[in-house]
Amino acid sequence: MSNISRRRILRNEPPLLRWGVITLACALTFLFIVLPLAAVFIQAFDKGWAVWQAAVTEENARSAIYLSLIVTGIAVPLNLAFGLAAAWTIARFQFKGRNVLLTLIDIPFGVSPVVSGLIFVLVFGAQGWLGPWLSDHDIQIIFAVPGIVLATVFVTFPFVARELIPLMQSQGADEEEAAIVLGATAWQMFRRVTLPNIKWGLLYGVVLCTARALGEFGAVSVVSGHIRGATNTIPLHVEILYNEYNYTAAFAVASLLSVVAVVTLGLKKILEWKTREANS
Amino acid sequence: MEFKRPGILPGFWPSFSYTVLYLSLIVLIPLSAVFLKAASAGWSKIWDTISSPRVVAAYKVSFGASFAAALASVFIGFVIAWALERYEFPGRSIVDALVDIPFALPTAVAGISLTSLYAPNGWLGRYLEPLGIKVAFTPLGISIALVFIGLPFVVRSVQPVLEDADHEIEEAASSLGASRWQVFRLVLFPAFRPALLTGFALAFARGLGEYGSVVFISGNLPMKTEIAPLLIIAKLEQYDYAGAAAIAVAMLVASFLMLLIINVVQGRSRRFLETKLS
Repeated sequence: MSNISRRRILRNEPPLLRWGVITLACALTFLFIVLPLAAVFIQAFDKGWAVWQAAVTEENARSAIYLSLIVTGIAVPLNLAFGLAAAWTIARFQFKGRNVLLTLIDIPFGVSPVVSGLIFVLVFGAQGWLGPWLSDHDIQIIFAVPGIVLATVFVTFPFVARELIPLMQSQGADEEEAAIVLGATAWQMFRRVTLPNIKWGLLYGVVLCTARALGEFGAVSVVSGHIRGATNTIPLHVEILYNEYNYTAAFAVASLLSVVAVVTLGLKKILEWKTREANS
Repeated sequence: MEFKRPGILPGFWPSFSYTVLYLSLIVLIPLSAVFLKAASAGWSKIWDTISSPRVVAAYKVSFGASFAAALASVFIGFVIAWALERYEFPGRSIVDALVDIPFALPTAVAGISLTSLYAPNGWLGRYLEPLGIKVAFTPLGISIALVFIGLPFVVRSVQPVLEDADHEIEEAASSLGASRWQVFRLVLFPAFRPALLTGFALAFARGLGEYGSVVFISGNLPMKTEIAPLLIIAKLEQYDYAGAAAIAVAMLVASFLMLLIINVVQGRSRRFLETKLS
């Protein structure tokens, strides 16, 4: 509430300047942010509901959706487990190298998506470190589903940890220490104290992780091999349709991902509000 | 290594070991492969790859477009953050939420949508074409895509500083006779310059590596609108793993150096502010 009152005091600029800036800001937001999103939906339903439905239920689209869901279903729980372990280590204990660990966790956010895919080709590809051994044992990782999973895990690696670490640091360890002193086991403490305290932040991290896993393009594009019906995720299917000049179908499939993005933003608002409420 | 373990909380060793193991397997070991692969090819091979005309041209396109886009994002993002933090207007919280769309929208979706808008027959392109402004399939198009990607970084960096700005200093300045423009230039601007720099650096670094939103609008003409990440893919398609690794190393080193420079500049401007105020 203090925010609003402060803003009221600040409205000291002449009205013309104030409304000029507000109009300019809204126009820029519309031009650079809203228009590209709106264009997806408008072009997706360009030729009507039936064409949209045909495009998203066609066989290759269905298998792309299925693959994206599987990859996300593997990557998110893995990074969730890691996020919990990393947050517990960093937010609850003091040790040498703690800041180094914190920095290393952020690396995937700073690496180009293409490089994120490349590193797995260099390790598992035909001419990579493990390439000869893998081909002797008839295991394929690159240009197959495991490679897509690995690349997705890499690019979504920091999301849960990055949400939990600051949250747990600001909450402090008092309640958990009290639980242990009162005789709780580690599992009881985690389930009854830690988890209820971090649940909204945890959920938010999972939402961000899921959205990125479904939408990742560059890294997955490098390792997938683009085999239709086999190693195409939703964004890769969009690319193929677009490059075939099948624009309506491309935007129809893209509209699914855009809905995920909009839902993510809605959940973000709700969860931010819940976290604030829980911590106040 | 020596570990201090104050307190009585359980689970340090299991969670610490799991964190380090998982981090090594997913991030550190695969990432080291890029450097080892590039190094195994030898310095002359690395140099030949990263100094070949097509690669140098791609670096120029990537750097130029990212720089221009980050600069434009700073101006546009500043106007948006200013309106959001200083004024109350209907729909303010909606605009605030919309700023995050580029974070959430998959890059490939943004790429095809922007291309369709700015193509010569697109909604915006058809009005720009008669003016002689070509956007799609030119470096300008790459910059527009990168503005979309970079904007939220600037807005979200500047917003907290605008919110925390000390209004008493501002009021003191104007009651001492400073004009509105003087207050802005001499009192407000120095306070949020570091945040603008951070936003610029984040947008620039993200732009250098960006792929999905750019490949569709750039048209990928060799020597003209080909970006560095695309060349990595081209090398991989020719099974030139060492070449791909060499370009990747150059990119990683460039973005690392840039973040380092920005940190130094920021430290200096913070010290400048502190000495000035004391």
